[in-house]
Amino acid sequence: MSIGSIPIKFKVRIDPSRCMLCERCIENCPYGTYRREGETIFVDSRNCVACHRCVAMCPRDAITIEEKPVDYRSHPVWTRGAREAIYNQARTGRIVLAGMGNATDLPSIFDRLLLDACQVTNPSIDPLREPMELRTYLGKKPRKLEIKREKDGDIELNTTLSPNLKLNIPIMIGHMSYGAISLNAQLSMARAVSNLGTYMGTGEGGLHPSLRQYQDNMIVQVASGRFGVDIDYLERGAAIEIKIGQGAKPGIGGHLPGEKVGPEVSQTRMIPERSDAISPAPHHDIYSIEDLKQLVHSLKEATEWRKPVFVKIAAVHNVAAIASGIARSSADAVVIDGFRGGTGAAPRVFRDHVGIPIEAAIAAVDQKLRAQGIRNEISIIASGGMRDSADVTKAIALGADAIYIGTAALIAMGCRVCGTCYRGLCPWGIATQDAKLTQRLDPDIEWQHVANLIHGWTLEISELMGAAGINSIESLRGNRDRLRGYMLDEEMMNVLDVKPVGA
Amino acid sequence: MDKELVINANGIHYTPLNTMIRSAVASGVERIRIDNVLGQRFIADGLKGTVRIKVCGTPGGDLGMFMRGPVIEVFGNCDHAPGNTMDAGEIIIHGSSGDATAHSMRGGIVMVEGDIGYRGGIHMKEYGDHLPVLIVGGNACSFLGEYMAGGIILVLGSGKEHILPDRGIGTGIHGGEIFIRGTVPERALGVGARKAEATEEDRARIEPLIRRFAEVFSVDVEPLISVEYTRITPASGRPFANKYTWE
Amino acid sequence: MCGIISVIDRSKSGMDGSRIKHALSLMNERGSGEGAGYAAYGVYPDFSEYYALHVFFNNLVEPKGSVDEILRTWGEIEFEEEIPTVEQPDLRRTHIPWRYFFKPDISLMPGSTTPEEDIVTMLVMKINTTIQGALVFSSGKNIGVFKASGWPETVADFYQIDQYEGYIWLAHNRYPTNTSGWWGGAHPFNLLDWSVVHNGEITSYGTNRRYIESYGYRCTMFTDTEVVAYLCDLLGRKHGLPEELMVRAFAPPFWDEIDRMKEADCTLNSAIRLTYGSALMNGPFAIVVATADGIVGFTDRIKLRPLIAAEAGDRLYISSEEAAIRRMEPNLDRVWMPKAGEPVIGRVRV
Repeated sequence: MSIGSIPIKFKVRIDPSRCMLCERCIENCPYGTYRREGETIFVDSRNCVACHRCVAMCPRDAITIEEKPVDYRSHPVWTRGAREAIYNQARTGRIVLAGMGNATDLPSIFDRLLLDACQVTNPSIDPLREPMELRTYLGKKPRKLEIKREKDGDIELNTTLSPNLKLNIPIMIGHMSYGAISLNAQLSMARAVSNLGTYMGTGEGGLHPSLRQYQDNMIVQVASGRFGVDIDYLERGAAIEIKIGQGAKPGIGGHLPGEKVGPEVSQTRMIPERSDAISPAPHHDIYSIEDLKQLVHSLKEATEWRKPVFVKIAAVHNVAAIASGIARSSADAVVIDGFRGGTGAAPRVFRDHVGIPIEAAIAAVDQKLRAQGIRNEISIIASGGMRDSADVTKAIALGADAIYIGTAALIAMGCRVCGTCYRGLCPWGIATQDAKLTQRLDPDIEWQHVANLIHGWTLEISELMGAAGINSIESLRGNRDRLRGYMLDEEMMNVLDVKPVGA
Repeated sequence: MDKELVINANGIHYTPLNTMIRSAVASGVERIRIDNVLGQRFIADGLKGTVRIKVCGTPGGDLGMFMRGPVIEVFGNCDHAPGNTMDAGEIIIHGSSGDATAHSMRGGIVMVEGDIGYRGGIHMKEYGDHLPVLIVGGNACSFLGEYMAGGIILVLGSGKEHILPDRGIGTGIHGGEIFIRGTVPERALGVGARKAEATEEDRARIEPLIRRFAEVFSVDVEPLISVEYTRITPASGRPFANKYTWE
Repeated sequence: MCGIISVIDRSKSGMDGSRIKHALSLMNERGSGEGAGYAAYGVYPDFSEYYALHVFFNNLVEPKGSVDEILRTWGEIEFEEEIPTVEQPDLRRTHIPWRYFFKPDISLMPGSTTPEEDIVTMLVMKINTTIQGALVFSSGKNIGVFKASGWPETVADFYQIDQYEGYIWLAHNRYPTNTSGWWGGAHPFNLLDWSVVHNGEITSYGTNRRYIESYGYRCTMFTDTEVVAYLCDLLGRKHGLPEELMVRAFAPPFWDEIDRMKEADCTLNSAIRLTYGSALMNGPFAIVVATADGIVGFTDRIKLRPLIAAEAGDRLYISSEEAAIRRMEPNLDRVWMPKAGEPVIGRVRV
């Protein structure tokens, strides 16, 4: 039996009446979809990944891309994806890798949560005229203040506050490492967050020297591979984040293939050129919760207790109990990455089947920490598939202190979510280390796009808060009374602790 | 002649202990002796410079973590992961040490007179002129040099009894080399590792390390040099290349 | 999660609890102040023929009334009292610890070959699952478990453990994850003669629990460690496996190792894995189990948790950290790290 070739995923057509043979499509496609023969541009549709670079660059709108022009005989169980994975594995006997976040059509909980607004009984607030506070501090807050009143009436504060990160807005950019994405992409985002007064993560690939100018707005990550981690790196970061897991692939590690480890990546990660950068699944100095405490303490001790330390975990079944363990480790924030979180590459079976939605995870963690009276011990940062300001607002109302975006920031720089990051040929200059491609991404332009996006969301969040009669983000945080569930089942609403619409 | 600063660690938590060490180093102290160490973790964590520290007692885990430069000599057994993510400097242990010794170490040298626990030298990696070295006088347990990405692990097995790691030596190794005295059965190797008898050239390369070890711990060097060693290296630079296929 | 330490004096000389308290608090970095506990063997010589039932009561009205009634139905209460405690500033007294010295009436379980134990086990399960506000946390002869939510030294001072003398001590400093820090969740866990302290998390808990519950045990403490005590009772007492083989069932050799064994060993080890596959404990753990006859310490098959053993004269120590052992006994004859899955056994001399 021969499996034969499977149907093409995309059909590319050039309208000859519009094409002016400028060859921009040929120049722009790194996948070799186009070639010129005489007076015609020939198309090899099988090479197309639908990254839309050609569509975006064609001056005459001559290109159309059709998805799945040849479909299989339909079947509700044996979907195209199921069948193609089998063909692939029958050929190779390997694990199927895929890019971006969860691609199953499970319903979004965010879409079934509706926000509130004031009418008559209390006034909404106009953020144009009235103060609207989005400033957020991430880190430990004391359980109570020790205040002493001196004889002369002066008040003395005897509580020392732990170091906190000050965010002008509760939106940060999550950890995408140099190696997974290009330096130009990191530079654009770093400049944006620095300009906005918020933060971004370095990812686990170290801190390139050209990013040091933004180090006060960078959170340096310590992952299991310890790439680029030395005492200087720890001292440079505004905060340190221990990565335990990520939403796209909970419970497993990652490999940056050697071909992406060029001289610059090698220098930043502190590994030899062309060497695979393997991040093992667990940190081999963390096999238990008390070991996490030990790593948190070792990082604090190394930086003389001056930096907040975050711990990032994937949202898994027992996320609330795990977060409560983390809260006791003297970590300053827990980052929860939901099952829609993105990635350059993850085994498809993990990306699509392991982990839980971020909405439920936030609610469960916030509830657990409050029930145990330790919510002040730790901030909650939520991430994983935040698409717009509504998602951010709902995440905060469920109990998050701040959120990380990832894919959204990449889309702001051109990413079309084609999910082909793993090829290392990203035509937008994002998920690639090829100099010809990375130069397509100009940090002087793209930083502004990233900043615009976050600024736009900030305006919308202010409007949403104002409409709800709230002028300070603290009053939104964990305010589940301002959410209603629509077409969510009762069990789910119990987990989220929200009422149904109309109640 | 510089004077040695003596710290009595009896009952002192590690944070004030490290603060004392740091301020001593900042004020130019070049030699420190810490007495009565019992369970204090993170000694010399992230410490830079060239200070020489004698640790007398039984320190807690992560001794010399992130350390860059100092020389620590321990008179006693170490706990979990001495030399964790260490950058440069030396850790000399007159005793044994726990699991994950020299975890993710990037530079410098860790020498253990006795045995080490499981997962020794796990994910050690080299870079540029950083070449981490772990020398074990006694035995190492399973999963030695897992995910190793560079550097040298040398197991001399010179204690009373030479016991080889049971399994998983060099699983996922993609850089660096592991030397173990004597022969190692194939089944003790992990996925992605291969072994060969150390050649004359290899032996010449590790000889200075063996001499250094013998000098530090005052043991007879000849029996350690005149014997066979097995050299374990990556079967390929891409140990997991055949595990995945793209969607 | 957590730090553990245990000691046995093989000549059965008594040791008071003051040293183990200091040793346990040396490992406070491994805990979170939400649970600590001690188990001591030989602490009730005057009642050595009676089962010492330690019970947490939420109040002394309904729950205690019900417990009194069920105990009187099944046997005789020789003596009972509140366990003496001393208030500690940083310990919130959420339960009243009580103790009964109880003798079951064996005529009430005629079909059993071990009627005393079976009655006590049945009563523990019954009280813990059906009587609100009562939890039996210790039920052995001449054995006492003393535990609460708090730091090790606080819990020790609360129960004044330096007033008790035992020839075996088990102690545990808890860092709770899966369940919050409540008194019942603190270790050691005990059933009859068996006491267990545990560092780690048993990822096979669901499998182990369904297995053990099919033998009539009921897991009531919301934690994976409880299941270890019951598995020991099942395999060690009811099925009569010697300690080495019991541990072998919990942390068996890998199949490739079994395949290389000589035929008789291969058959034995295969039989253990086939029969007791559901008792195999997965995930990271270091465990010490005690009975009146001795202690057994072991780790998981791939050594994901630390365990150090040491000897000084008649005493054998097993702990998460050497420093803790040295806090109890600075002059040790021998210190070693047991291999993964291999038991360290200390038996009393007969």
